[in-house]
Amino acid sequence: MSSIIELKNLTKIYREDGNEVVAVDNVNLQIQKGEFTAIVGPSGSGKTTLLNLLGGIDKPTSGQIIVDGTDITRLSFSQLVDFRLHNIGFVFQSYNLIPVLTAKENVEFVMFLQNRPQSEREKRSTELLTAIGLAERMNSRPSKLSGGQQQRVAVARALAPRPKFVLADEPTANLDSRSAENLLEIMEMLNRNENITFIFSTHDPRVMRKARRIVTLLDGHIDNDTVTG
Amino acid sequence: MIRLAWKNIWRNPTRSLIILVAIAIGVISGSVFTAFYNGMIYQRIDDAIANETSNIQIHAPSYLENKEITDTIANIHKILPLLDTITTLKSYSLRFKTMSMLSSANNNSGIVLIGIDPIQEKKTTNIWKHIVQGQYLSSEKKNTLLIGEKLANKLKIKLRSKVVLTLQDTKGNLISAAFRVSGIYNTGNTGFDERVVYATWHDIKNLFPDSTLLIHEIAIALQNDKHTSNYAEKLKISLPFADVKTWKELYPEVGLMADYTQYLQLIYMTIIFLALSFGIINTMLMAVMERTRELGMLMAIGMKRTKIFQMITYETIMLMGSGTIVGLFLTYIIIQILSTTGINLASFAKGLNQMGLSAMVYPVLTLREYLQTIELVLVAGFLSSLIPARRALKLTPSEALRKQ
Ligand SMILES: Nc1ncnc2c1ncn2[C@@H]1O[C@H](COP(=O)(O)OP(=O)(O)OP(=O)(O)O)[C@@H](O)[C@H]1O
Ligand SMILES: [Mg+2]
Repeated sequence: MSSIIELKNLTKIYREDGNEVVAVDNVNLQIQKGEFTAIVGPSGSGKTTLLNLLGGIDKPTSGQIIVDGTDITRLSFSQLVDFRLHNIGFVFQSYNLIPVLTAKENVEFVMFLQNRPQSEREKRSTELLTAIGLAERMNSRPSKLSGGQQQRVAVARALAPRPKFVLADEPTANLDSRSAENLLEIMEMLNRNENITFIFSTHDPRVMRKARRIVTLLDGHIDNDTVTG
Repeated sequence: MIRLAWKNIWRNPTRSLIILVAIAIGVISGSVFTAFYNGMIYQRIDDAIANETSNIQIHAPSYLENKEITDTIANIHKILPLLDTITTLKSYSLRFKTMSMLSSANNNSGIVLIGIDPIQEKKTTNIWKHIVQGQYLSSEKKNTLLIGEKLANKLKIKLRSKVVLTLQDTKGNLISAAFRVSGIYNTGNTGFDERVVYATWHDIKNLFPDSTLLIHEIAIALQNDKHTSNYAEKLKISLPFADVKTWKELYPEVGLMADYTQYLQLIYMTIIFLALSFGIINTMLMAVMERTRELGMLMAIGMKRTKIFQMITYETIMLMGSGTIVGLFLTYIIIQILSTTGINLASFAKGLNQMGLSAMVYPVLTLREYLQTIELVLVAGFLSSLIPARRALKLTPSEALRKQ
């Protein structure tokens, strides 16, 4: 079975006025298609750094990140932008929707960047927003939506370009427990029904419980890797 | 993308409105100033053509240089039929024109004496419209003169005063004759009014009993000045023995003023936009800083640098552009009003008249000048966007996203 992500001896060292911080320390990890994996660990253990490296928005100090056979550490800045656009969906802790666009326009925006035709954007964004239960709020701006609703729109946006996998850095950190649970149910549903690979970091034990694989980081290295479901 | 840029501008409506109003005011002040100056210059040109030069003049080749009484136009019988073929001709006037001296009981003054056929001249120039006392010349009344108000004051003469005209004849002898002032005109150009005196051909002919009619100048009025250079070129080719000149060639300083207005607008608007650019750059920099995290997100999800650059550039140009459109629209209204009411500069009239300028100014702004402003905005908008856009591009997605 071939993995869609393979990390080989991945290391990220931050240097800041003489101080060195080894944020990710020689990590080896494989992720298969269709996984629903949580990255957990205490604050400062390197979760965000690892996800940024996986998502190609940060460059490692050494090691390889192989996505579907391509070593993305060798890509140039602009190749990486294009790679992210077509292969990776992002969900951020603080939603990060474009405030001046409606929920639907936010979902369509990535497809617009991909130069997809208007009809396709229209169809897919409606489909996705319906799937996450926001069909009625499609034309609302983010400020008119609750945090949970905004994060669901963010998930829809991440899925819109049909990425190979979705990265979510603490997607529930800003949500109340009910919204967090609801978001996780939707992610799980998308994972099961459409075989979408999710990799998310979290502090929240209830969120961890939903994961089918839990990778625990400690001081930048993998402390534990358990398949639960 | 354009729609997104437009929406982005209105994230901070107060800030955008302030900059928009500043741009509108800048555009209005620059445009109205230009229009005002244009109005003054165009009025001067219209007056010069209507009262003084007409559109085209023909002289003997040596006349303008020497102004000798013997420098008369040759082959008039060949010229006149040619003039009649000009389709947009209004009229032409054949003139005797020479230096002369006018003396009153109190004073005397060097003048330019112009001998005219009153009927032809009336069709060609507007001098008859500017009579302030007495009447326009007529062939019936003997030895009458039409003089400018300024000259009348200088010589301390009134209507019906007796004056003596002294000039050289074709052989260089001085001749004098008594005339009476039958009319006083005021064109508003004191330099002209002080110098130019009109008499009838009829009376001039009597001064030169043994010469044929002496014609020094043919003034040609066209229906529209836009045909001037075209016909002047044609006449120059057809009349190699004569000196054909347009009003621009005769009054180069007036022509220069007209050309200068275009540069003036460019310079003035450039200065205004330069000043406004600082405000724009500042506004856009603030907009970029405030959106650091959002820009990081856009880069993370795969928005190319060129697209981000484009977005910031569009925002800057649209912000400047909308201020300009509002400004130009208000300018248009202001100029429509002012060009019918006019601006009365009566308090400065004396100084203006000395420069040949009129006291009533009707501002004019040409389409070309509106377009020039828009072009300038596009350039200024693009240049102003470079600094904020560069700032946006310097962000790296991972660091931008970390910002709270
Ligand atoms: N840009 C940076 N410059 C310097 N040090 C950094 C930078 N980013 C992260 N670090 C350091 O790297 C380590 C890992 O940080 P990271 O943000 O990945 O941890 P985390 O597990 O996501 O923590 P949290 O749970 O608080 O979000 C920390 O010690 C952090 O201080
Ligand atoms: Mg983190």
